[in-house]
Amino acid sequence: MAYLQVNSITKQFGGLVAVDNVSFEVEKGEIVSIIGPNGAGKTTVFNMLTGVYTIDSGEIIFDGTPIHNTNPYNIVNRGISRTFQNIRLFPNMRVIENVLVGTHIRTKYGFFDALFRTGRYKKEESEKVVHAAKVLKDIGLGNRINDYAQNLPYGEQRKVEIARAIATDAKIILLDEPAAGMNPQESDELLCFIRQLRDKGYTIILIEHDMSVVMNISDRIYVIDHGKKIAQGLPGEIANNECVIEAYLGGVKKDA
Amino acid sequence: MDKKMKKETSNNLILKFETFVDKYKLLLAAVCTVLLLVFPYMGVNQYILRIVIMIGIYSMLALGLNILTGYTGQVSLGHAGFYAVGAYTASLVALKLGANFFVATLAGAALSSLCGLLLGLPTLRLKGTYLSIVTLGFGEIVKMITMNWDKVTNGTLGLKNIPKPVIFGVKLTLSNNGLYYLMLVLVALTALICMLIIKSKIGRAFMSIKEDELAATMMGIKTTQYKILAFVISAFITGIAGAFYASMIGFIDPNSFTFDISTLIISIVIMGGMGTIRGMFLGSAILIVFPEVSRFMMDYRFVVYGIVLVLMMRFRPQGLLGWKSQLPYKFPKLARQELEKQDKSILNTL
Repeated sequence: MAYLQVNSITKQFGGLVAVDNVSFEVEKGEIVSIIGPNGAGKTTVFNMLTGVYTIDSGEIIFDGTPIHNTNPYNIVNRGISRTFQNIRLFPNMRVIENVLVGTHIRTKYGFFDALFRTGRYKKEESEKVVHAAKVLKDIGLGNRINDYAQNLPYGEQRKVEIARAIATDAKIILLDEPAAGMNPQESDELLCFIRQLRDKGYTIILIEHDMSVVMNISDRIYVIDHGKKIAQGLPGEIANNECVIEAYLGGVKKDA
Repeated sequence: MDKKMKKETSNNLILKFETFVDKYKLLLAAVCTVLLLVFPYMGVNQYILRIVIMIGIYSMLALGLNILTGYTGQVSLGHAGFYAVGAYTASLVALKLGANFFVATLAGAALSSLCGLLLGLPTLRLKGTYLSIVTLGFGEIVKMITMNWDKVTNGTLGLKNIPKPVIFGVKLTLSNNGLYYLMLVLVALTALICMLIIKSKIGRAFMSIKEDELAATMMGIKTTQYKILAFVISAFITGIAGAFYASMIGFIDPNSFTFDISTLIISIVIMGGMGTIRGMFLGSAILIVFPEVSRFMMDYRFVVYGIVLVLMMRFRPQGLLGWKSQLPYKFPKLARQELEKQDKSILNTL
C-alpha cells in the first residue's frame, strides 16, 4: 500500500457532488500535483485530507492508519500539514511567532510549566525557538524573523506559510497554489525550494495552476475536473492527454 | 503615500520610546514601585485613595477581560456576571462560614472560573456576535439570580457587613492603607500571571485563534480547548477582583453588577489597547477618573463619554497604547546561547 492512499472519496454539498469517487496514491518522497480547471474540487480534496471537511464515503489511509473523519489535531499530529490558497498567516504576529505556532503541537509543556517558568518550559521553549529560526533561515527568511507577518511582501508571506507547515514536523506537506501571485523569478526559487524539501525526505502534494511549475517539478500528476478524476500520469503524458486539453481549453465536437 | 509616511514616523517614535524604556527598565520599574509605595503618604485623602483602589480593581477586571477579548478575540459582554459571582461567593463564604479573606477570595475565583468553563462550552458552536449575545445573557442571568434568590443573596437588599481582609491579625482598611497595598499586590500578581501566560505557547495559541481560527486549527491547535481555557482564566481573574471589591466596599447588591459595568470593562480594554497589558492601566485610570473630574457636567458626562469613545474608534481604533512592539524579537536566553553556539548568522542578521 502507498504511503498516502486515497480510496474513492466523495464529498457532497447538498445536491452538488464536489468530489466524486476520487482515488489517488502518493509514495514517500514524491512530489505529486493535483491540477484541474477552477472549481474542479482540488481544494475540497485538500480540505478532506486535512480534516476541515468530513468525507461522505471512501477512505484516506496514511502510513497504514485511516485518518478520514478524525479531527485536524490528529491529522497534523500524524504528520500532514498544509498551506492555504489565499494566505492565512497570523498578520499581527511576528514571523517567528507564526512559525512557533506551527511548533505548538510538538511543544509538550503544560499550563503550569508556563506559569512557573519551570526548567521544562525553558528547555522546550528555547528548543522550539531555535528550531523555528533554523526553518526560517533554510527557507531564506532569516532576516525577516523580527517582522510582523502583515508587513512582508506576498511571496515571502507564502514562504512563511510553508515554514509554518514545516514547523509542525510534517511528513507530508500540502501546498495549495504556492506559486500564485509570484513572478517568474520567485516561482523559480520556489521550485528549487520545493525540490530541496523533497530531497530532505518530505512528501509534497501540490495544487497549482502555473503549468511551468507543475510540469517541471511533479513526479506524477492527477487531473480533476468537475469533481472527477479524468487523468493521471507522468507530466509528459498529461501534457498530451486529450481529456486534459479538452477540460482546460474546451473540446471540439468530432461528429459535427 | 502621505499616510504611509506618517505611519513610518510614528513607528520610529514608538521604537525610540521602547528602546528608551527597555534601556532604563530597571530604573523605571524601581521609580514606579517607590512612587506607588509612598503614594498614600503624599498627603492624599481617603477619597483619592479610594479612587486609586478602584482604578486597581478595574485594571484587574480589564486584564482579565483582555485575556479573553484582547488576546483570544472572544468578545464578552457579560463580565459583570463573573464579577458578581466572585463578589457574592466570596462574601457569602466569609459571612456564613467565617472564612478569612484569602480563602473566600479563592472560593469566589473558583466558582467564577467554573462559570467561565460552563460559558466557554458554547464556543464549540458559537462565534463572534452570537457568542457575545450569550455572554450578555449570562450577565443578566447572574444579576437576576442575585436579585431573586432571597434566601442566599438577600435579594435586592444586598449583603451587608462583609468583613475586611485580615493579615496576621491586622485588619486592612482604607484608613490604615492596608487595602491600598493589598490592591497593589493583587494587581501586580495579575499582571505578572497574564504576562507569563501570554509569553508562552498558550499565549501564542490564544493570539493565533484571534488572528485566524481556521489556520490555527490547521496547525493542530485545539481551538475549542484554548477558548475555554481563556474563559476560565479570564473568569478567575475577574472573580478575584470581585471578591476584593466586595471586601473593600463592605456592601454589595445586584445593582453593583449591571450591564453598565460590563460595558465599562470592555471600554477600558478597547481604549487602553486590546492585546496589551500596559493599556489596561491607562484605560482604567482614564475611565475611572473621568466621571469623577466631570462631576460639574453631571447630566452631560455620559454624552461626553460617548463622544470620546466614538472619536477614539475613528482616530485610534487600536487603543491609546495599542501599538505593536517595534523592538526586535526577544529570544529566550537559552535559545540565544544555543544559536550563538550553532549558527551565529541568524542572530547577526537581526
